[in-house]
Amino acid sequence: MRAVATARVAEPTGSLEDVRESGLDREDLLQIYRNMLTTRGVEERGHILYRQGKIPGSFYTGRGNEAAAVGVAMAMGPDDVGAPLHRDMGVHITRGVEPWRIFAQYMGRADGPARGRDGNVHMADLRLGLLSMVSHLPAMLPVAVGCALAFRIREERRVAVAWSGEGAMARGDAHEGMNLAGVRRLPVVFICDNNQWAYSTPTHLEYAVEHLADRAQAYGFDGVVVDGTDVLAVYREAKRAIEKAREGGGPTLIECQTLRMEGHAVHDDAFYVPKELFERWAERDPIERYRAWLRDHGTLDDETEEEITAGVKRLLGEALERAEASPLPDPSTLLEGVYADPEDLDTPHHK
Amino acid sequence: MPTPRTSTRPITSEPTMAEMSYLQAISDGLRHEMRRDKRVVVMGEDVGVYGGAFKVTLGFQEEFGPWRVLDMPLSETAILAGASGAALMGLRPVAEMQFADFVSCGWDHLVTVAAKQRWRAGTPVPIVLRLPSGGGFSGGPFHSQNPESSFAHIPGLKCVCPATPEDAKGLITAAIEDPNPVLFFEHKHLYRRIKGEVPEERYVTPIGKARLHQEGDDVSVITWGAMVYTAEEAARLVDASVEILDLRTIMPWDREAVLESVRKTSKVLVLHEDTRTGGFGGEIAATIAEEAFEDLDAPVRRLAAPDCPVPFSPVLEKAYIPQVDDVVTTLKELIEY
Repeated sequence: MRAVATARVAEPTGSLEDVRESGLDREDLLQIYRNMLTTRGVEERGHILYRQGKIPGSFYTGRGNEAAAVGVAMAMGPDDVGAPLHRDMGVHITRGVEPWRIFAQYMGRADGPARGRDGNVHMADLRLGLLSMVSHLPAMLPVAVGCALAFRIREERRVAVAWSGEGAMARGDAHEGMNLAGVRRLPVVFICDNNQWAYSTPTHLEYAVEHLADRAQAYGFDGVVVDGTDVLAVYREAKRAIEKAREGGGPTLIECQTLRMEGHAVHDDAFYVPKELFERWAERDPIERYRAWLRDHGTLDDETEEEITAGVKRLLGEALERAEASPLPDPSTLLEGVYADPEDLDTPHHK
Repeated sequence: MPTPRTSTRPITSEPTMAEMSYLQAISDGLRHEMRRDKRVVVMGEDVGVYGGAFKVTLGFQEEFGPWRVLDMPLSETAILAGASGAALMGLRPVAEMQFADFVSCGWDHLVTVAAKQRWRAGTPVPIVLRLPSGGGFSGGPFHSQNPESSFAHIPGLKCVCPATPEDAKGLITAAIEDPNPVLFFEHKHLYRRIKGEVPEERYVTPIGKARLHQEGDDVSVITWGAMVYTAEEAARLVDASVEILDLRTIMPWDREAVLESVRKTSKVLVLHEDTRTGGFGGEIAATIAEEAFEDLDAPVRRLAAPDCPVPFSPVLEKAYIPQVDDVVTTLKELIEY
């Protein structure tokens, strides 16, 4: 017997008036588009760099998840913090990480956020409110809960956003973090990127509930299922949950449903994903979908579109050049910072 | 140079001393820090209303309130990761595992996230983890372990193992001040058994400095935690001048103090309550072999628990934990070598 679905299934994006009411003006709407294009562009160019042999190790992308990542990040406040994962490049882009630093990160250069000490999407700039992920998913989810605990203890109006994939929702970290957040009614929003595949494992071998968001009820808070290819619906639900948390209303678990449009990493051709599934979800490509919506609602004319597309292209071209000029890390610095010095705590967030 | 006195407290005036048990000293140090720095919060299972399984935080919740002394769900990962998240946002959490043994449930967070965060992401994680450890009272395989060596092996973590009330207070203060994740192994068998004069005011005992527990000329015992007292008792029973060096912290550890003592006595026993193979004593013995081989008049000896889980029945536990008699035998062998 399958468990009864309890999570609310979110409506798709409504009229332009509804969208405007959620706090987005024309410039915001175009910025969302720009961020989604930049996100995909970074990963496409990263893939080329990888094939050129310029990226050591492996390479991961979040193709298909651009709307989920950008939609949530747009809903975060400037002082909020988040712990995004390897499908969430859009969060880094939206929070303002410069693309050249991402390319430098990919290539293991000194100017990458991890300065060559860690690779691919294992990066974050805490000054932009982001915590760097680790491979053990979702290890940063309970850490984000700890951030929310600090906000609650100090009675600050700040919110933490914690990401997990649907695969990692099977881990104890997810349970312990969400349980604690529910018990203490902490200002944290959980985002589950449900892209249907944990490496090669399909959802029916990962969980037995209808929706992962149904689990929220067991932790004493609300669950919402949203179409993760519908950026404005994601934004609306994330905004609602974040502001609710800010007002003391406790956590929400938002499940963003997408399909991982590529393999787990670039070495994986995803032969185990049915072709028809790719074809069906390709019709719902988040960027194409949003572009069509913008054009249908008179927000994106030819001139503006060209300007945005050219701007992103220029940004990424310059970013690649700058990243390739970035030096390799100096091996003599290897042992620096294994242990922190007291002055390392002299940061805006540690004070 | 190992110093017989332990602290870096100001010597402008004579400190007011009070007799405290090892447990009271930890409690006193923690309370001091919570009074002077409201960023310090305590989180763990039963630490609030109940005052902690061993009563280290008794009365804390009344004084500091339920949001600074947090009773947590039975969730070691959430406690540790929660502490790290709060630390990244500017708090100075002191988390407690009810027993050091349960830190295995939080291993992933400590080793994967907390230990590597400064080096990898540039963001220090200033947390303290209190770990009631050690055997001697029939706690069995899951309430008696000394897991410090496992964590000393992980770059990025600091491991502190005080033996005296004065060091317990000074080192808990140092641990809270430290910008790194510090694992504070407090030996349960010392909690109420060991009492001593402790300065009432705040002071910091430096992490990484050994303490000369007893000066001697013929043979050195390098040890920490409860074994300091086992060594002390054994030293009384041999006809030789035994030096006992209490490392106090094993990561970082005071190599210079160890080598200095070895160079003086030329004979050395490394003693610990954790199991032998891969125990931290091996690292100490190897360092002595590398750096002071020419000064040795006998092979470096190790005495540790055998490679076996901690047993429950008193007779078995006695056979497991290094006893005074075992130390006496080894010391005699060293002296006669």
